[in-house]
Amino acid sequence: MTLLSVQSISVSIGTLCPLESITFDIGKGEILGLVGESGSGKSLTAMCVMGLLPRIGGTVTKGSIVFDGRELIGLPEIELRRLRGKRIALISQNPMTSLDPIIRIGNQVDQVSILHLGLSAEAARARSLDLIAQLRIPEPAAIHRAYPHQLSGGMKQRIVIAMALAADPDLIVADEPTTALDVTIQAQIIQIMVELVRDRGLALMLITHDMGVVAQACDRVVVLYAGRVAEMNVIGEIFAQPKHPYTRELIRCIPRLGQERGSLKGIPGAVPSIVDYPDGCRFNPRCGDAQELCRNQVPALERKSSGLAACHFSEV
Amino acid sequence: MISFFIKRLLLLIPVFLAVSLVIFMIVHLVPGDPIDNLVQINSSPEQKAALAAKYGLDKPLYQQYAIWLGNALTGDLGDAIILRRPVSDLIAQNLPHSLSLGALALLFSTVVGIAAGTLAAIYKDSWIDRVTMTLILLGSTVPGFWLGLLLIMLFAVQLGWFPVSGARSWDALVLPVLTIGLGGVALVARVTRVAMMETARKDFVMMLHAKGVPPWQIELRHVLRHALLPVVTILSLRIGWILGGAVTVEFVFARPGLGSLLITSLNQRDYPVVQGALLMLAVAVMLGTLLGDIIQAAMDPRIRERIK
Ligand SMILES: Nc1ncnc2c1ncn2[C@@H]1O[C@H](COP(=O)(O)OP(=O)(O)O)[C@@H](O)[C@H]1O
Ligand code: SF4
Ligand SMILES: [Mg+2]
Repeated sequence: MTLLSVQSISVSIGTLCPLESITFDIGKGEILGLVGESGSGKSLTAMCVMGLLPRIGGTVTKGSIVFDGRELIGLPEIELRRLRGKRIALISQNPMTSLDPIIRIGNQVDQVSILHLGLSAEAARARSLDLIAQLRIPEPAAIHRAYPHQLSGGMKQRIVIAMALAADPDLIVADEPTTALDVTIQAQIIQIMVELVRDRGLALMLITHDMGVVAQACDRVVVLYAGRVAEMNVIGEIFAQPKHPYTRELIRCIPRLGQERGSLKGIPGAVPSIVDYPDGCRFNPRCGDAQELCRNQVPALERKSSGLAACHFSEV
Repeated sequence: MISFFIKRLLLLIPVFLAVSLVIFMIVHLVPGDPIDNLVQINSSPEQKAALAAKYGLDKPLYQQYAIWLGNALTGDLGDAIILRRPVSDLIAQNLPHSLSLGALALLFSTVVGIAAGTLAAIYKDSWIDRVTMTLILLGSTVPGFWLGLLLIMLFAVQLGWFPVSGARSWDALVLPVLTIGLGGVALVARVTRVAMMETARKDFVMMLHAKGVPPWQIELRHVLRHALLPVVTILSLRIGWILGGAVTVEFVFARPGLGSLLITSLNQRDYPVVQGALLMLAVAVMLGTLLGDIIQAAMDPRIRERIK
């Protein structure tokens, strides 16, 4: 059953148009990967889903976002606020900066359940301690009392995850939750997060630029390129038979054992700049299969033998 | 926290020594024989000799300083030349007036300044912001004594709402507090506004929005709290400035106080009084910065960490 349905939304920030016709959906309890190189529009997509786009000066110019049967575009801010943190929670990219540095960790976690579940301070504290323990943090009571600067990045991100879980949301949006962390603990954090999400049957929109993480965690994946959807498919199909040349490149660049993981610098050519996206298919300057048609005409996102892809020449 | 307090207090000792040395040197730097700068008019040679012996004026300077400082620390600041009373009496008599004026001016600057700065930051780019900022600009450019005269002319002379001068009743405090405080309001409002707008751009504020925290709670419980840190810094640095303001304002309003005492005794070359008043002002400034440091450490765990 569909929990979130994003239908061809376009976004503008000033004169820029960083997202164009983004379409995807997430089922209840599903983990959807959103992949793409830096600048492809992943964070902005997350902002749209959170209803936070106006905070960075952006607007959704067309399309719709339906969450649990309710249209979010045009919903008054006060209604959006009731959803945020309660039914849709965010895990942000940089745990180092996403906690208030002068407020105790515990109070920041308690805040969510006090606000959205109406818990008393003691009940919220008990709940937070329980959550912190579930994130396999030793000595929850000591951590509850600590300040952010006393914790490592990995610990802080666990706290942010606890905060996201605190009001029992239906959907968690995790924007590159491990990019800022030490490589050695990235897989561990993803694993804890995925476990907790699966246990509770929550839906997760997992943003990453790492196909390795996608393979580790996701049910389905949406590939973004330069503000458009390149491909969408279930995880098995994506890896078995990628339809879009860009997806193929992403997969080719998954770091193997012994290589440094997490970077996509293996794809030849550079990500185009938002101020001069190429005409036609935006991937054409970097695509080995590009033809004249690719430079003139935007490929539509079409149903293929399985999944969707936006390429004039995808074979199947 | 206690050890922090003690550490800060110890750090103030060298500062106090340096400042007190300069104050001590006044009688030696101004023209004339130091004994004539210290002794009451028409004193007999015996009295002069007794005083010279008390201050050890025949001894080397550093010993004289030690004697003077020792006396000062036990509350003996010598006798006033003109007023013929112990300086400590004069200070005890004047200090409360300055303290109430300074404390009220500080309170006024802090409360009104923070409120104005917060409003301006929350409603930034609206008319509330523009009006506040215009007033702030006016407040920070008009000199204190001039503002004082203006207030006297309007509220005391024209409207007769408040006394022109003196310190006989509480309402005599209103105009002096306004005169010193308005500059402080402008300063505090400006710092609060800028700090709030800077904090509002931080990642953790976006995260608070993502948690669904109501905006007023974000502004008041989180953003303002951060903005208060630089406000405390600026206020603790401005304690001296506020006291300095009190000096001229007391004079303008003919109020008793350390400022009036200082200016009068300067005019009369009553050096023991000058020394005593300056020493008190210096101590007040040092205690002000100490208080600021303590408040900041209480507000920011990162500062507490740094001083461990
Ligand atoms: N606040 C903003 N103002 C202007 N442009 C922005 C802003 N945020 C993002 N962009 C632009 O939108 C594009 C997508 O950004 P983003 O969603 O952050 O990409 P990703 O998260 O995939 O790295 C980028 O080209 C970026 O420069
Ligand atoms: S449309 Fe053309 S340029 Fe774009 S991915 Fe397909 S083949 Fe390559
Ligand atoms: Mg991003």
